[in-house]
Parts: sequence; C-alpha cells; structure tokens
Amino acid sequence: MEQFFQQLTNGLAVGGIYALIALGYTMVYGVLKLINFAHADLFTLGAYLGLTLLTSMALTNHLGPLWGTLLLALMVMGLIALVGALLDRVAYRPLRASPRLSAVVSALGASIFLQNTIMLVYGARFQVYPQNILPKAAIELGGLSIPVVRLMVLATSVIMMAALYLFIQKTKIGTAIRAAAIDQGAARLMGIDVNRVILMVFLVGPSLGGLAGLMVGLYYGQINFTMGWNYGLKAFTAAILGGIGNIPGAMVGGLLLGIIEAMGAAYLSMAWKDAIAFCVLIMILIVRPTGLLGERVAEKV
Amino acid sequence: MSKEKIILTLALTSLFFFLPLFLNTYWVDVLNSIGIYAILALSLNLIVGHAGLFNLGHAAFYAMGAYTAAILNTHFHIPVLWLIPLCGLTSGLFALIIARPIIHLRGDYLCIVTIGVGEIVRIALINNVFGITGGANGIFGIARPSVFGFVLRTPHHFFYLIWIFVCVTIYLFHLLEYSRCGRALNYLREDEVAAEGNGINTAHYKLAAFVVGAAWAGMVGNIYAAKMTIISPESFSFWESVLMFAIVILGGAGSIPGVLLGSFLIVGLPEAFREFANARMLIFGAAMVVMMIFRTQGLLPPHPRMYDLSGAVEGEGRG
Repeated sequence: MEQFFQQLTNGLAVGGIYALIALGYTMVYGVLKLINFAHADLFTLGAYLGLTLLTSMALTNHLGPLWGTLLLALMVMGLIALVGALLDRVAYRPLRASPRLSAVVSALGASIFLQNTIMLVYGARFQVYPQNILPKAAIELGGLSIPVVRLMVLATSVIMMAALYLFIQKTKIGTAIRAAAIDQGAARLMGIDVNRVILMVFLVGPSLGGLAGLMVGLYYGQINFTMGWNYGLKAFTAAILGGIGNIPGAMVGGLLLGIIEAMGAAYLSMAWKDAIAFCVLIMILIVRPTGLLGERVAEKV
Repeated sequence: MSKEKIILTLALTSLFFFLPLFLNTYWVDVLNSIGIYAILALSLNLIVGHAGLFNLGHAAFYAMGAYTAAILNTHFHIPVLWLIPLCGLTSGLFALIIARPIIHLRGDYLCIVTIGVGEIVRIALINNVFGITGGANGIFGIARPSVFGFVLRTPHHFFYLIWIFVCVTIYLFHLLEYSRCGRALNYLREDEVAAEGNGINTAHYKLAAFVVGAAWAGMVGNIYAAKMTIISPESFSFWESVLMFAIVILGGAGSIPGVLLGSFLIVGLPEAFREFANARMLIFGAAMVVMMIFRTQGLLPPHPRMYDLSGAVEGEGRG
C-alpha cells in the first residue's frame, strides 16, 4: 500500500509537469489548430536557461531558497515567453494563410532547429542542476514520507493551472482567446484583434512550458537537450487524453497520464515506461478521439 | 515521356552505373547510403507526397523489415536476399494493422500516432521483445548476401544491388503515379470531399498507399541488414524518420526527381562538408521552416499532369 501511495504522489508530481506543458500545446491548438512541435524545445530551453541563470547569478545565495527560486522562475517564464513570441513571428505567422500541414512541417523544422541550437550552445552531455537549492526534507504523512520537493512541484503546477484557468475565464483577453478558439472569423468580426490573441497564446503557453522545464531540472537534477522530445510527446498525449483545445482537459489529462505512467512503471514494467504513454495515446485515438472532455477530431467528410 | 527524354535518361543512368569504377570505397559507400535513403524516401513519398498522409514513423517499418531479415537469417540461415518479399510482407501487414483504425484521423493526429508507433517499436526492440531482437545491442552475424552464387562483400558490389533496386523502384512508382490508383491518390490529397463525391473510396486508397509505402520500406530494411551485417535499434530512431520526411518535403513531395534530388542533397551534401557535421540537423530544421514559407512545394515539385486532348477534340468534331 505504501508503494501505491508513493507512486500516486510521484505520478501526480510528474503529471503536473505534463499538464503544464500540455497547456501550451492545447492553447496553441485551440486557436491555430496547429501542433506546435517546437513547444517541447521551449520546455528544454526553459530548463537550460534556468540552469544558466541559477549558476551565473547565484540568486538563491542572495535571496534565500524560496525567493531566489521564485525570482528565477519568473525570469525563466519571461524569457521563454519572449522566445515563444519570436517563434510565432518567424516560423508560424508567415504561414497563417497556408494549408495547415505546411505549418506543421514548419513547426517540426523549428523544433529541430531549436533542439540543435541548444545542443550546439550547451553541448550534448547531461547537465546537472546544483543539488543544494531546495530542501531535502521529507514530510511524514500518515506513515508515508513524501519529499518536500515533490509537494512543491505539485503545488506549483496546481497554482499555475488555477491562475491560467482564472485568466482564461475571467479576464477580457481570456474571453478573447476563448472566442478566437471557437471561431476566428466571427471573433474578428466582433472586433477582437486575433493576432494579439495569438501573440498572447504564444506568450502564455511557452512561459508555462519553460516553467515546467525549470521544475524538471530542480526535481530530477539533470537535463539533456533531447529531453523535450519525450516530455513533449507525453504532454501532447496528455492534451489528447483530456481533449485537445480544451484547457481543463489538458490539466486532467496531464495528471491522469502521470498517474497511469507511474503505476505502469511500478506494477507492469519499468523498461516499458515510455511505451505506456504512447499506447495510451493510440488507444485514445482509436476508442475516443475526442478525448475525455474534447471536441470532434475525425475529418468531417 | 518523349523519345529523346527516354534516351537521355537511359544514357545518364548507364553513365551513373560506371561511376564506381572511378571512385574510392568511401564515396561509393556514400552513394550507397544515398541509394538506400532514396528508396526509403520514394516509399515515404507515396504516403506523404501522393496520399498526403503525414507519416513520421517510417523508420518503424524499415526496422520491421531489417529485423525480419536478420532474425530469419541468423536463426534459420535463409539467404538474406530471398527474404526480401517476406520483409515487405511483414512490414506491410504491420502497417495495415496499425493504420486501419486510425487512417480516418485528421492529418496532424495521424502524424502524432505514427511518431508514437515509431517510438513503441524502438522501445520494443531495445527491450528485446519475445527474446528475439537482441536488445540494445541488436543482432549481428547476418550472412553476406549472394546473387547467383556471387557473394556481395565490398561497397562496390552493394552499389549495384542498391542502385538496381533504386531503378526498379523508380520505374514501378512512376507507373503507379500514372495509374488509376495514382490519380485517385492525388485527387484525394487535393480535395478529399470532392474525391469521395466522385466515387473514390478514400479510406481504401489511403490505406493502400500507406501499406505499399511501408512494405517497400521493409524491403529496404532487408537490403540494409544485408549490407551492414549488424543492426541495432539506434539505427531506426525518430531522427531517421525525420530525415526521410525532410528528403520528401525539401525535395518536392509527390515528385520522383524531387525526392532523388532531396536524397543527394540531404544525405550526400553533409558528407562533402564533414566539418559542419554537428550543425547538419540545425540547417535541416531552418531549411524546413524557410522552405515552407517561401517554397511550400519543395525544390523540384511535380509537374501538373498533361493530357493530350487533340484526339478527344477531333472525335467531338466528327461526331
């Protein structure tokens, strides 16, 4: 039973990270109907920028672990948001009027470009995060000992998801994003500046992805230039699981996938851990392509 | 094709086959890789270029073929080239099983599923599935292939095997392109609704293109296994699929000359600039973005189909 609860909390923490990345996919998909392959590499870039800022500025030494990490997170989010907006401007905006699959190829190209830029700048080897930043302590909870870092990761992702949900539901620009996701043409006729909405999506989505990258660095301690590929694909699976284009769906899907994967690794086979997510992806697309909470995806003919 | 064009093509082809006499082993080997990627890209072109289905897991079918050849050759000592049809069959069957339930999905979903399948196959190979794939080390000791008792050993020998296969592939795919099936595929790629309205069974044709393309990749897998005598899962990673995809998209989706040009540029060019080997993928990525923005159709896009209507017009005049 203890193993079960350990895996459950672990799955929730990883699932929270998946959910944060999945939000970026699902927001872009909702508005542009584009799979932003490069999102995974923005996530990796977030991890690397976090490491660079952490080691070069020594924020945690000056401000203490909590405020230092918080400021670090804000800086990473801000920088990745800028990269996201730049990515949209360079690789996607010229293709707004083109067939959708051209934009997919462009996204794939942008992903390969970003990934290899990271490799050329930082090198192909694993990079290690300093291990003395976050507390090593564990909390005793009904006979279970849960690392504080795990709880912090889960809490951060839940807070960010709640903040995003409020932003989308309650603010004016959030309403505009929802409107543009339903019908871009009609939104434009209602006086919504759709390009601004898209810019907003490319600021918010990547910043959450970058934060997830930083969290992976802090939680697991080591990062690699190819890690975005695996996390990205799983986060995308999470987005489909919850119903792509649907923001609460991405959150539910992420947490669910994290739990499925942790349980699968614990009770089925560790070696097949990565394949479990892809099997879930294929099953979902065969059985219920709309996802748990989503819209129709089969080609309308 | 006009008579002059056919003669020119045949002359150039025969000149090309004299090339190994003047090249050292290294460059012949480069030409061999170009040939292998050319066939793979031609098979992918059928799926991506003609049917318009985005397949980013083509390496999985390539791997199926290579592993079928390697397992049957090392366990039962069946000559590896005899296994070519069987390799095509296993890859084709595998493609049929996985594509049947998902073929109706929207293009970008299909793309994600093929990535997922590619990864599942790679992980399965690494985990030594059924105890026959040799795990991360792969399979070694595949016997050298022989043709009519002549054992192929050097890159020069393989050059002829591979490039004859390339020529056969080009010829067959050219016929396919101008057949009823090829026209149907192009039609449904351009406008699926209109194609279906004209009585084309779109799911059937898409599936056929997917399966034939995959089967062809399986046969190339056999040749690859025969050439290398060692295969391992890392030769069939996602980046192999991306490489084939990039060849098709940059060369010109749906165009055989375009795909051939793409193979020479993408596989051959980096060999000429070895000092930039690390930046190779970076340049591909940038090239894919730039290409989509400025020249979506690729370097050598297919020509619009031309039909000689003079006969039909005459017939109308007489009637």
